[in-house]
Amino acid sequence: MSNASANLVALNTVTRREIVRILRIWTQTLIPPVITVTLYYVIFGKLVGSRIGSIDGGFSYMEYIVPGLVMMNIITSSYANISSSFFGAKFQRSVEEMLVSPMPHWIMLLGYVLGAMTRGLIVGALVLLVALFFTHLHLIHPLMVLLSVLLGSAIFSLTGFINAIYARKFDDVALVPTFVLTPLTYLGGVFYSVKMLPEPWQSISRANPILYMVNAFRYGVLGISDVQVGVAIVVMIGFVLMLTAFALYLLKRGVGLRS
Amino acid sequence: MNSVPALVVDNLRKTYGNGVEALKGISLTVQPGDFFALLGPNGAGKSTLIGILSSLVNASEGDARVFGVSVNRQRNEAMKLIGLVPQEINFNQFEKPFDICVNEAGFYGIPRKIAAERAEKYLKELRLWDKAQMQARTLSGGMKRRLMIARAMMNEPKLLILDEPTAGVDIEIRRSMWQFVSGINAAGTTVILTTHYLEEAEQLCRNIAIIDHGTIVENTTMKQLLSKLDVETFVFDVAGVPGELPALPGVTLRRVDEHTLEAEMARTHDLNSLFSALTARGITVTSMRNKTNRLEELFVRLVEHGRNGTEQTA
Repeated sequence: MSNASANLVALNTVTRREIVRILRIWTQTLIPPVITVTLYYVIFGKLVGSRIGSIDGGFSYMEYIVPGLVMMNIITSSYANISSSFFGAKFQRSVEEMLVSPMPHWIMLLGYVLGAMTRGLIVGALVLLVALFFTHLHLIHPLMVLLSVLLGSAIFSLTGFINAIYARKFDDVALVPTFVLTPLTYLGGVFYSVKMLPEPWQSISRANPILYMVNAFRYGVLGISDVQVGVAIVVMIGFVLMLTAFALYLLKRGVGLRS
Repeated sequence: MNSVPALVVDNLRKTYGNGVEALKGISLTVQPGDFFALLGPNGAGKSTLIGILSSLVNASEGDARVFGVSVNRQRNEAMKLIGLVPQEINFNQFEKPFDICVNEAGFYGIPRKIAAERAEKYLKELRLWDKAQMQARTLSGGMKRRLMIARAMMNEPKLLILDEPTAGVDIEIRRSMWQFVSGINAAGTTVILTTHYLEEAEQLCRNIAIIDHGTIVENTTMKQLLSKLDVETFVFDVAGVPGELPALPGVTLRRVDEHTLEAEMARTHDLNSLFSALTARGITVTSMRNKTNRLEELFVRLVEHGRNGTEQTA
């Protein structure tokens, strides 16, 4: 068997195993974000949003926050999936099944990332579907929607993987979501336009990568953005490349995995 | 005999980050088709060596070649040739044995259809087929060990490494495991075994290396090693032990209890004369047995020799 077809089988195995895991524990992986975001829609979108009026070019507050909430859930689901799954494999030592196999490191990384992105995309689709009960949405730029979702999901899958590599206990897996991911998400323009912020906060916000993901997605859905969409895409591609290179470097060195 | 050795370990060193020197430049060769015992006390470096062979541990210096393929330079190619049964349970306890085996094959690039056939074959051979669709965490300890053997066979390796596979397993399951592994070996797979049950190694293995404090203290054939044993200890069950033990030339007698004596003597010593001497002193022997298996005695001596740094005759 050629190396290419063996790699394809290995990639399929890792990805499939991740997807089977997501579906096996669907009450933990798919349902909680839907419940949480429904509460967001009801409380912030309907109850509070109805008193806010239109925002950023005549959109209702509900319409404005839906893209941000969808992207937020895609990001957090992708991150949570890969960090808990890969750290779980480390914790149970089942990661050794892969480490002693001839599978190249990049296949293992890609398999885990594809699995995490799959969960991100399923959650994103569910959250978007629920939004249709509260508001009307038209995808103005479908390709931009797809591109921003894939890139945003990939970035946080890779971040989750790196976090899991370094994690020594389950608490370490929760550190990044608590102290980095959640603050960046809430300050990344999910609930407001950064144009509403005074300086220097507006400029500081532009250092937040989640701002670019949320706005690229919002541009795809509503056609509006706080940042230049081209810049957003370049920033996201840059993050994907940088994080991929770093994750592969860690795997090659065996950091957290080999003695 | 195949000209390419199954395994060549060449001046392998490993120093961990905390400064512990686990391997101090060891070298050994395992021939194809061999059933090779790698023995040593806890902390001797066995698991480090196996970790390096299976690429879970990075060597500080030296290399190992599996059927001529370098573990350092051609890791992926070398790993295709190895099957590993680790000391600790290391599969996902929430997965099913069938899925664990099929996924393992997938990591080696084996298509799912072939993987499913192999999983069925090896799970049946290891008497786990009726548990194939249960969560692995519900299996008993012995079943989990057998599952790891089945999993290691999924890539049908040329070199199977078993790191204490029978630890904590009852005698019946242990025997069935050895029956399986002996069959695999007879079919041509080279087997490297570490175990603390030395009678297993004595019965199964043709060649042996004993490792202690990161160095090889013995590397020879089992037959040659056992021939070095010049002293044996027998345990006699007797009708009654006299108050004062007789002095017998060439034999050291020890009283264990009122009905048990131990006799340590040279292997060349004549047992008939010992029985005659005991009978003459009114000691009636009702049964006898070896105190320990022979390999165990040699093992203890070799390891003690290494620790004391003094010359001893094995």
